[in-house]
Amino acid sequence: MHFVFEPGFFSSHPVHVAFIVGSIVAVVSAVVGVFTVMRGQSFAGHSLADVSTAGGSGALLIGLNPLLGFVAGGVAGAGAMEMIGVRRARGRDLATGIVLGASIGLAALFLYLGTTRSSTTGASQQILFGSIFSTDSSTVPIVVVFSVVCLGIIAFVRRPLLLSSVSTDIAAARGVPLRLVGLLYMLALALAVGLSSLAIGAILSTALLIGPAAIALRLTNRIGWAMVAACVIGVVATLLGVLLAYDSYDWNSRHAAWPVSFFIVVIIFLLYLSTELPLVRTVVARRREEGACLQDS
Amino acid sequence: MGQTRPVADPCEILDVEGVCVTLSGRQILDNVTFGVRAGEFTGLIGSNGAGKTTLLRVILGLQRPSAGTISVAGAPRTRRNQSIGYVPQKVVLDPDMPLRARDLVGLGIDGHRFGLPVPSKKRREAVDEMLHAVDAERFADSRVGNLSGGEQQRVLIAHALIGRPRLLLLDEPLANLDLKSGQEVVSLLDRIADEQQIAILLSAHEMNPLLPSMDRIVYLAGGRAASGTTDEVVRDEVLSALYGHEVHVHTLHGRILVVAGPTEEAALTPDSTLRAI
Repeated sequence: MHFVFEPGFFSSHPVHVAFIVGSIVAVVSAVVGVFTVMRGQSFAGHSLADVSTAGGSGALLIGLNPLLGFVAGGVAGAGAMEMIGVRRARGRDLATGIVLGASIGLAALFLYLGTTRSSTTGASQQILFGSIFSTDSSTVPIVVVFSVVCLGIIAFVRRPLLLSSVSTDIAAARGVPLRLVGLLYMLALALAVGLSSLAIGAILSTALLIGPAAIALRLTNRIGWAMVAACVIGVVATLLGVLLAYDSYDWNSRHAAWPVSFFIVVIIFLLYLSTELPLVRTVVARRREEGACLQDS
Repeated sequence: MGQTRPVADPCEILDVEGVCVTLSGRQILDNVTFGVRAGEFTGLIGSNGAGKTTLLRVILGLQRPSAGTISVAGAPRTRRNQSIGYVPQKVVLDPDMPLRARDLVGLGIDGHRFGLPVPSKKRREAVDEMLHAVDAERFADSRVGNLSGGEQQRVLIAHALIGRPRLLLLDEPLANLDLKSGQEVVSLLDRIADEQQIAILLSAHEMNPLLPSMDRIVYLAGGRAASGTTDEVVRDEVLSALYGHEVHVHTLHGRILVVAGPTEEAALTPDSTLRAI
C-alpha cells in the first residue's frame, strides 16, 4: 500500500487543497470542453489560455491572486476577439492571432519584471505550468464561485448553444440570439480556461479542456453521457496526476518532485491514444450498434 | 408576372406581395409576388444565383426586403415565427457530434429555449411520433453525422415539422442526394403536405424530380418570378418574358427541358444549365 500512497499523502494539507481544486477544475473543464470540441473551437480555447497568461502574470506582479488575473485576462481576451472580427471567419482568425501575439508579449514582460524585481523566482513555472500544490486554501472559495458561474452559464445556454452548433441558419430562423449565445459561451470558456490555468498552468490548460471531452465524444452518442464521461476522465486524470507527483518526490535521491501538470497531461494523452487501439474501437462501435438495435426492437 | 389569385383566400398560408431585395447595389429580387396554400406542394425553381435562397431568407425574416410584404397564415410575418419550419441548404452534421437522430428532432421542440430541459413523457412521445412520420425509426439512435444524406434530410425534416408549423421551407434539399433518395424525400414531403395540411415551399435548380408531386411552381429567373401550375408557367411565352429573351420548352421522355432559342441552333440542355445566349 505504501508503494502507491507515500507516507503522509492523506494528511498533507497541500494534497487536500490540490484534490479539491483539481476535482472542481476538472469537472468545469470537462463540461465546457464537450462544447468546445463539438464546435471545433479548441484553437479559441488555446488562444484564451495565452491571454490568461498575461492576466495571471500581471496579477502576480502587483500582488493579486493569479486566478483573478487568469480569469480577467481570459474574459478581456474573449471580449476583444468577439469585438474585433466577428463578421467573417477570416477576420476572426486574424483577430485571434493578433490578440494572442500581443498578450504573450505582455506575459513575457510581466514575468521578466516579476522575476527580477521580487524574490518569486518560480513565477514563470507557476503561471505557465501550474501551481496546484502551492495553491492557498483561501483560493478555494474563489474557485467555487467561478465554477458555479461557469456551469450556470452552460446550463442556461445549453440548448440554444447545441442548436447553433448544429446549424447557425436553423438557430437564426428559430429566433436564437446568436451573438448573445456566442458571447455567453466565450465567457464560460474564459472562466474554464482561467480555472484550468490555476491547476495545470496557462500553457497546458487546453489539455484538460479538450482531452477528456475528446475522449468522451468517442465513447458515447449522447451529449449528457459525454459530459459525465468527460468529468470522470478529467477528475481521474487530475487526481492520479496529484498522486504520482507526490510519489515522484522519492523517485530520485535529490528529492525533486516532478510537476503535477506533466502527469495529468501524460495520462490524458495516453487515454486518448488508447481510444485509437483497434480493440477499444471495435468494442465502442459494437456498443453503439447494440444501442441502436435495442431501441429498434 | 404572377397569375391572378383570390386576394383573401382562407387557405393561403404564405402571401408574398411585390417583394424586392437589393444587395450591395445589385437587384436580387424584383417585384416577386406569389402565394402558397395549405396542403400544397410548391416548387421554387431557378438556376444558381436566381435568388432562391434570398427569397427564402426574406420569408424567414433573416433578410429585410427593400419593398413588398410577406404574410404568414394571414398575419404579417414576425421574427421568431413558430408557424414556419425550415430546412436550410448544406447542413454539415459532423460525425464527431454526440447527437442522435432523436436528439436533433427533440431540439425542434425546445432547441431555442434557455435553461435546463425538463424531460417529459409527452416530449418523448412527440419525438417518437415524428420519427415514425418521416420513417426514421430505424436510425433514431444513430449519430446524425454517420447517417446517409437522405437519412439526414429526413431527420432535418422531422426537426422542422415537430413544432407543428403551417409552412415548411426547404432550401435545395435534393442537391446532394442520389436520384432514389431524392425521390423518397419528395414523396415523403408530398404525403406530409397532404396529411398535415401544411404548405410546402421547396427550392431546387432542377424541376424534373418534382414534377410528379408539385402542385404549383414558382419559377425564378433574373430576380423575377412567375407562378401557377406547371402547365401555366412552363411555357415558351411565359418563360421568354421572364428571362427577357427567347426560350423554348420541350418535353422529352416525360422530362421538361428549357432551351435558349432559336431551337434549331441550340443544343438541348436541361433547365438547370440554361444560360443567357
